[in-house]
Amino acid sequence: MRFKTFTSPHMSPARSVNRVMRQVLYALVPGTVAIAWFFGWGVLVNVLLAVTVALAAETLMLMARRRPVKPFVTDLSAVVCGWLFALAVPPLTPWWITLIGVGFAIVVAKHLYGGLGYNPFNPAMVGYVAMVISFPREMTLWLPPETLAEMAFNLPQTLQVIFLGQLPAGLTWDMITGATPLDRIQTELAMDRSLSEIQASPFFGAVAGRGWEWVNLIFLLGGLWLIQRRVITWHAPVAMLGSLALISGLFWLINPEVYASPLFHLFSGAAILGAFFIATDPVSGSTTPMGRLVFGAGVGLLAYVIRAWGSYADGVAFAILLMNMMAPTIDHYTQPRVFGKTPARKEG
Amino acid sequence: MTATPHKLWRFNGGLKLPDHKAESTQETVFKPPLADCLTLPLRQHIGELAQPVVKAGDKVYKGQIIARCDTYVGAHIHAPTSGRVRGIEDHPVPHPSGLTAPCVVIEVDGDEDWGEHRMPPIEDLQNLDPARLRHRVREGGLVGMGGAAFPSAVKLNPRPQQTVDTVVVNGAECEPYITCDDMLMRTRADAVIQGLLLVKRALQPRQCLIGIEDNKPEALRAMTEALGGEENDNIRIVALPSRYPTGGERQLIRVLTGREVPSEGLPADVGVVCHNVGTLANIYRAVIRGEPLISRIVTVTGSGVQRPRNLRVPFGTPISHLVAHAGGYSDDVERLIMGGPMMGFALASDQVPIIKGTNCILAARSEEVDPPGPVMPCIRCGECVRVCPANLLPQQLYWFTRARDFDKAQDYSLFDCIECGCCAHVCPSNIPLVQFYRFAKNEIWSQEREKQEADAARLRHEMRQERLAREKREKAERMNRKKQALNDDSTADKPATAGGDPKKAAIQAALERAQAKKATQGADTTQTDQAKPPSDIGTQEKTR
Repeated sequence: MRFKTFTSPHMSPARSVNRVMRQVLYALVPGTVAIAWFFGWGVLVNVLLAVTVALAAETLMLMARRRPVKPFVTDLSAVVCGWLFALAVPPLTPWWITLIGVGFAIVVAKHLYGGLGYNPFNPAMVGYVAMVISFPREMTLWLPPETLAEMAFNLPQTLQVIFLGQLPAGLTWDMITGATPLDRIQTELAMDRSLSEIQASPFFGAVAGRGWEWVNLIFLLGGLWLIQRRVITWHAPVAMLGSLALISGLFWLINPEVYASPLFHLFSGAAILGAFFIATDPVSGSTTPMGRLVFGAGVGLLAYVIRAWGSYADGVAFAILLMNMMAPTIDHYTQPRVFGKTPARKEG
Repeated sequence: MTATPHKLWRFNGGLKLPDHKAESTQETVFKPPLADCLTLPLRQHIGELAQPVVKAGDKVYKGQIIARCDTYVGAHIHAPTSGRVRGIEDHPVPHPSGLTAPCVVIEVDGDEDWGEHRMPPIEDLQNLDPARLRHRVREGGLVGMGGAAFPSAVKLNPRPQQTVDTVVVNGAECEPYITCDDMLMRTRADAVIQGLLLVKRALQPRQCLIGIEDNKPEALRAMTEALGGEENDNIRIVALPSRYPTGGERQLIRVLTGREVPSEGLPADVGVVCHNVGTLANIYRAVIRGEPLISRIVTVTGSGVQRPRNLRVPFGTPISHLVAHAGGYSDDVERLIMGGPMMGFALASDQVPIIKGTNCILAARSEEVDPPGPVMPCIRCGECVRVCPANLLPQQLYWFTRARDFDKAQDYSLFDCIECGCCAHVCPSNIPLVQFYRFAKNEIWSQEREKQEADAARLRHEMRQERLAREKREKAERMNRKKQALNDDSTADKPATAGGDPKKAAIQAALERAQAKKATQGADTTQTDQAKPPSDIGTQEKTR
């Protein structure tokens, strides 16, 4: 009897890219619901819009590059990219920003570099940063959590704002929008107010901003679930949050009136989301266990530096892109010791 | 569990795999009737090809040597039963290439007649001399039963500068589906222990550690019983956590002793010799019963056969014969594998024989083996790093191999890869990683071979050029000298001149010629030494 031959191993693998991405999406769902709870329908509209744009751009690029469409569209990596972008932008972001930002992420940051597995930078962060730099006004129009707002938009109103740019009668942008906690302390510190004065406002909630602290707590749970499911490793998140807590704690101890507490830094901005969902992006991050520690620590450090002394309120996206540049070098210098070999001598 | 508590160490990575061992352990080992014809490849071991010492038409007895291999790393091949040699023919052999190789083909007569060919049992065991044990093991054609088939006598002969203080016995059998060692320990634990005692007498180690994965409670029990009172004699049976590839030689030594075999070294470098349980049972058979290595237990399993079980069969039995005695194929059998599902290789046909290293025949249906989807790009998730027992960076090796950057792959320790398949098994992108590493290794070997050949050729050419130039020069000198001598003769016609001079010159010239000739010969011999192709035994051994 004749048989077809294949190479070993012969046990079929249990994982697939689709499964990895699907689990990332599952882990994003609770946090997404939480943001929507606090900041309104706009979050869900953005997610839907961004995912649609991502899938459309992915399909078009695959066709243009003459790659098989089905396996790559169904790997869900584009969905993850669009979804993360949508979580990073303000809830009432105009549709064209999502379109340009996600389009830029998929077309330029992902496919022009070779598509899945080949992009040196995290596409969602590239898209986000490009929009922050190009459209600073639109990208900082955050809303106060709904519990603080005078009026919450319903779905039709939200759609009208996002797609037509029309606010409901009698409202102006200044009336409805507010800054993020990080934005707000940056602005008010510049006005020579002390942190204890600034944070006395109900806007700042228990530790890190009303709404924000809950959202980040739920993202944290999602991230821990990903570690437990072995979708990501603990290295990058622990190193990133650890280094952020360490350096913010150091400055906070020196002068708590100017430098915010570690808890504020961990739970106010994009630190948690960045640590578990973006710094762990396998493609653009470091790939050795030791390298992931270095990578994460670098992101935490740079994010703090940008927050404390830079001109942008949050620095996680920039920090991740900067460390993406370093990843190949980090990998080179952090190779694990091979079994049966004495610690390797590295030449540059 | 009666096993003595023993400190265990860990190795990086590895996998918990569904072990699929229950399927083939429902029945005890079965000895099927002989096949009509046995096909014995001349190479069933690591090392040189054995040379046939029989010819077509010869009557052979059971246990008779039919092919000798007298190199240090090599093993004789014996007739597994009595019969008549049909011929020495090229026949498909169990090899991933599916190519043919020379084999001795025996038509079985069914008499199982040993003739005079049973080796005399060694009686005086108390004074068993290591050299005598080695000789017996060599004469018996014993090779490692774990799959690599490395000649056993070599492992019983540590180099003088190496002191072996630990004998590790490999009963881990970590690869899914395979149960031949399990069944051997269940049914012939006494033979394994007796074999170990023989090795112990020869090597005089401080301790003997028998490692058995804890998914084989019956084997553990049988071995502990067989060991009986020997426990305190520094022989320990250790239950190991089941984790593929604990049964890899280096991994097992690490788990049991905490020692790491150096990357370029052998277990003896850290004072350890490792033998498979099957090998020990064979040592016992060879010494006490005088039987050479002519048969083995083979697991025939997988959902592709109707009645998975273990069979004891003589070497040379065609796989189709084994499958027939395992209930035959299921209807939708898809793939036939020699060895286990992680490291075994797929066979193109079931008309190839069982050889010394065959531990398992796995017939799989498509749902067991088919990849779940197409190959995707590497997303550098690092799951392969997490499971690699050699602590490599498989994703980087893959990257370099794809880019054909073999130097870089070697910098990243490509040759420390043991091809266990863990990385490919967990790869979410379905990349056949191990195949890339095999490809890279083969490319590097062939490049090295080509380079050595080219170097040798260049050296030969340079030597020749030099020799030609020298000969030309010498010829010119000789001509000159002769001319001068003639001139001297013609000009100096005084007979009274010292007649010794020309004679002396002639003697001198002859001496020079002789010396020059010697020098040339010397150069020639060095040249042939260098041109000799390098033996690749060492590298082959490392890949297994």
